[in-house]
Amino acid sequence: MKVHEYQGKEILRKFGVTTPDGRVAFSVDEAVAAAEELGGSIWVVKAQIHAGGRGKGGGVKLARSIDEVREHAEAILGMQLITHQTGAEGQKVRRLYIEEGCDIARELYVGMLLDRAVGQLVVMASTEGGMDIEKVAEETPELIHKVWIDPAIGFQDFQARQIAFALGLKEKKQLRSAVKFLRGLYNAYINYDCSLAEINPLVVTGGGDVLCLDAKLNFDDNAMYRHKDVQAMRDLDEEDPSEVEAGKYGLSFIKLDGNIGCLVNGAGLAMATMDTIKLFGGEPANFLDVGGGATAEKVAAAFGIITSDPAVKAIFVNIFGGIMKCDVIAEGVITAVKTTGLQVPLVVRLEGTNVDRGKAMLAESGLNIIAANTMADGAKAAVAAVGA
Amino acid sequence: MSILVNKDTRLLVQGITGKHGGFHTGTAIAYGTNVVGGVTPGKGGQTSSHGVPIFDTVREAVAATGANATSIYVPPPFAADAILEAIEAEIPVIITITEGIPVKDMLAVRRALQDSNSRLVGPNCPGVITPGECKIGIMPGHIHKPGKIGVLSRSGTLTYEAVGQLSALDIGQSTCVGIGGDPIIGTSFLDVIKLFAEDDDTLGFIMIGEIGGSAEEEGAAYIAEHVTKPVVGFIAGQTAPPGRRMGHAGAIVSGGQGTASSKMEAMSAAGIAVVNSPSDMGITMKNLLAERGLLEAALA
Repeated sequence: MKVHEYQGKEILRKFGVTTPDGRVAFSVDEAVAAAEELGGSIWVVKAQIHAGGRGKGGGVKLARSIDEVREHAEAILGMQLITHQTGAEGQKVRRLYIEEGCDIARELYVGMLLDRAVGQLVVMASTEGGMDIEKVAEETPELIHKVWIDPAIGFQDFQARQIAFALGLKEKKQLRSAVKFLRGLYNAYINYDCSLAEINPLVVTGGGDVLCLDAKLNFDDNAMYRHKDVQAMRDLDEEDPSEVEAGKYGLSFIKLDGNIGCLVNGAGLAMATMDTIKLFGGEPANFLDVGGGATAEKVAAAFGIITSDPAVKAIFVNIFGGIMKCDVIAEGVITAVKTTGLQVPLVVRLEGTNVDRGKAMLAESGLNIIAANTMADGAKAAVAAVGA
Repeated sequence: MSILVNKDTRLLVQGITGKHGGFHTGTAIAYGTNVVGGVTPGKGGQTSSHGVPIFDTVREAVAATGANATSIYVPPPFAADAILEAIEAEIPVIITITEGIPVKDMLAVRRALQDSNSRLVGPNCPGVITPGECKIGIMPGHIHKPGKIGVLSRSGTLTYEAVGQLSALDIGQSTCVGIGGDPIIGTSFLDVIKLFAEDDDTLGFIMIGEIGGSAEEEGAAYIAEHVTKPVVGFIAGQTAPPGRRMGHAGAIVSGGQGTASSKMEAMSAAGIAVVNSPSDMGITMKNLLAERGLLEAALA
């Protein structure tokens, strides 16, 4: 799960991380009021969307007067902000963050995430802040300093100092404030079950303060049951409506650009089904895993979500029944086809528990269903159906 | 022979009185698995609906039954605690089916495993089966045939797909292991590859990977150096867009790492027969076995 920058900073402040002062605004008037309340003579008007790269896309503007705050707020609020992470259609800006300006001397990068190969958290720091860190990692990996955290011991101050020195934060005040920042970041990460914390940039001001200027926090979905306050921060406007709908039924769904809808049990098999469609010259319209314990209702819901996409020209159901019985799936498919009045060709491949009964039910249903015996045959049939 | 589990496995079920634990205890017993006890704190002294004695703690269960393996179906908020209890009781093989355990909890588990006498398979996995001898997990037992080909995968139904293809060709399986789709798992591709490589009765194996992480590359590097048995490989997620998590928490391409193409290249370079179509896993193994003169021995 993702949250907005201003929400991430709210969490980080609880753990002693220093950030510039700021206010969230949902309208131009609120933006102006926020700037007046903050005071000072320089403000930053920042679009709040979940995607990165907002500055380059024109979603972050400096204002040197209240009039400029109003001007920028009017321009940014409601715009379709296009960044390298939003896709071509961009993301509509519905919230702004008005932040006091600060005097930036240096821009640094600090990230924290799981290193899967080691099974420990790793802190990554680089003097190349403000840049695309993936590019830095690729081109100049020696500029990224890494420290691993033993879960039995936790993050220690000496490790924070190692990072601070690697970032050139040697002066006493800077060192102290860097250690305080890193400790706070770690505590926020651990206490809130984060899956990623990225501060890019972390800035050193002309006065020597270390400040978190941007904050990206992602959270472990599996741990959200113990963080109701983070759940309340969820912004459904930032998520694909069909993916949100799928989530209600416990379906794992991701919208893609093709025209063959897929309904599969199991994440691995779902990916393999997409791959097979592509191999035979088709394009999957979605990833959809109905999960292990799917019921006829779940299958019907999955059909509804797939057919709500007008790009879908055929549907491929690929089920290998383990716990899930093929006859239950067949029943779900038949019900769904009858209730949704399916208009596009449907290919079904069933295998596993109660396969014979499932196949017989489909055959006897009188519905126009193309039966396939293997995943490859099913994919070929679906691709052919779309081409015809 | 086989790896990890066999006819001498004496199994505990942690979470035996829960819905999933209860159901899969039944299917395991029906398959012939020797389920010697269950653990549900507070229900010690009772007997499960299958007639299996229930204990309050894992230690008690081990002392009373001589269990040498455990399966965990405990719900996610309590699952890491259940695994840690099994580690503390020094159970050699711990198979965790539970899906949705927080990563933070698994960081502690992974650390505890380092200095332990236990091997963890999973979490978020279908389990382990040695056909004809012992089934631990949620896989449908009836699609398997006893034999000499190993199957190794991160995912459940895709494992069944490979097993189904092999069985249809009359090629039996030595052991099938689902290692799980989470970012932190107890047993890696490499661990299982080593076990298959050393198992005299496994003539070859199929490894099924997924996008994300670098476990398949590590496995491939070992195979290149040490494994002469025939190996067939597939990577799911060739068409997955970067930055999107494909169902499994671990299946995500990020920062250009963990793509299907990089994994497939590493596997091909290691001498693994990599298939583009998952429907070709079984037939490719059959052809490899025939080329090496091993097919006769591998037929069930």
